[in-house]
Amino acid sequence: MTVLSPRSASEAVRALAKNAGALPLAGGTDLMVGWNMGVLNGRVVIDLSRVSEWKKITVTKSSVRIGSLITHTQIQKHSVVRTRFPLLVQACSVVGAAQIQNRGTLGGNVANASPAGDTFPALSVYEAVVHCVGPDGRRAVSIHEIFAGVKKTTLRSGELIEAIELPFPAKPPTRSTFRKVGTRAAQSISKTMFAGLLWLKKDGTVADARLSFGSLAPTVKRLRSAERFLAGRRLDAAAAAAAAALLTDDVSPIDDIRSTRVYRLEVSRNLLVQFLEGRPR
Amino acid sequence: MIALTVNGRKKSFRGAPFTRLIDVLREEFRLTGTKEGCGEGECGACTVLLDGEPVNSCLIPACSVDGRKVETVESLGTPEKLSRLQTSFLECGGAQCGICTPGMLMSAHSHLKAGGKTDDESIRTALAGNLCRCTGYQDIVRSVVKASKKAVSKKK
Repeated sequence: MTVLSPRSASEAVRALAKNAGALPLAGGTDLMVGWNMGVLNGRVVIDLSRVSEWKKITVTKSSVRIGSLITHTQIQKHSVVRTRFPLLVQACSVVGAAQIQNRGTLGGNVANASPAGDTFPALSVYEAVVHCVGPDGRRAVSIHEIFAGVKKTTLRSGELIEAIELPFPAKPPTRSTFRKVGTRAAQSISKTMFAGLLWLKKDGTVADARLSFGSLAPTVKRLRSAERFLAGRRLDAAAAAAAAALLTDDVSPIDDIRSTRVYRLEVSRNLLVQFLEGRPR
Repeated sequence: MIALTVNGRKKSFRGAPFTRLIDVLREEFRLTGTKEGCGEGECGACTVLLDGEPVNSCLIPACSVDGRKVETVESLGTPEKLSRLQTSFLECGGAQCGICTPGMLMSAHSHLKAGGKTDDESIRTALAGNLCRCTGYQDIVRSVVKASKKAVSKKK
């Protein structure tokens, strides 16, 4: 094991360019599990703990830019993020437990690309933009384009994540929710996760809906078909049920060690209907 | 070389940069109060405080704690003079086999020190990353509640 310790963002990018296949180390909450199991022997690690440029949350008129090395705990404590992006705050509060939230970073969570990444449904409905930097310069990638599959991203060779930007929605949503379903309250890996934002018009019809599920498929999925169906409709029980029936247009739940397709589908539809009907949890 | 502060004392470590913090503490510094449970960040037995926040020492490589402050269970009390929290664990039966206890104590200590709420639910959330297979948690929560009440009454 060789460890490189860059002292700035530009040094980190240079270190990765010189060492193709090196592993960037952020909070280490997943990487260290692999190290402890002995599967990372002989690898080069780039320890990002001294890259202070990526440890800032910056608020602008139009967005909040969260540095990639910001921890899940820091996100929960940030007043603007708490007010404007509560679903991300809720998601961060159910990642592992305090010990993991104190170490794990948002950039690490995204780069790790676990199908069960707890922050992804929230990042998806907030239309997050992932800012990458590499030997060829900077690039902004939509959260929906960053994941390529189980533990795979579309980051190019030599690229690192420097920040994740959340644009402020034009208006606050009428209704929003985040739900995580796992085997227990803490330290669980999700079976299904749902994030929903809903804007209603004065006449009670849907102006806009953003619906997203995690843990069902290799990557986080937006329910584009159900969202289109709901636009302009009055939200009654029939519309909610019809939207839930469209879930499989966009996501095909999987069987794996944590759950089954049948269970995931049933519970996910229930979460969606509960949200659309505005029923309390 | 990695320089850090452990329980208020300056320490240095010259071994491999990816040595786990728990191994540095136990094997280099001979602070064996911290226990290893699962070795993958699930059980919280190895919890120590890093700059005051609870973390799993089995998931932290030595290279990332250069210049940081670490507190282990040895910082709380001594066998002759236990801390208030440790005394409460004894009085309420909050410890049985003892493997989870150092981690429970550090998570609870950090929660109380930070002025965290002392109702059952807040304490359970603060301790959610610490698993115990003996006590069933009730007595651990009672221990922390009791310690917090003493803390309040002492302040008065």
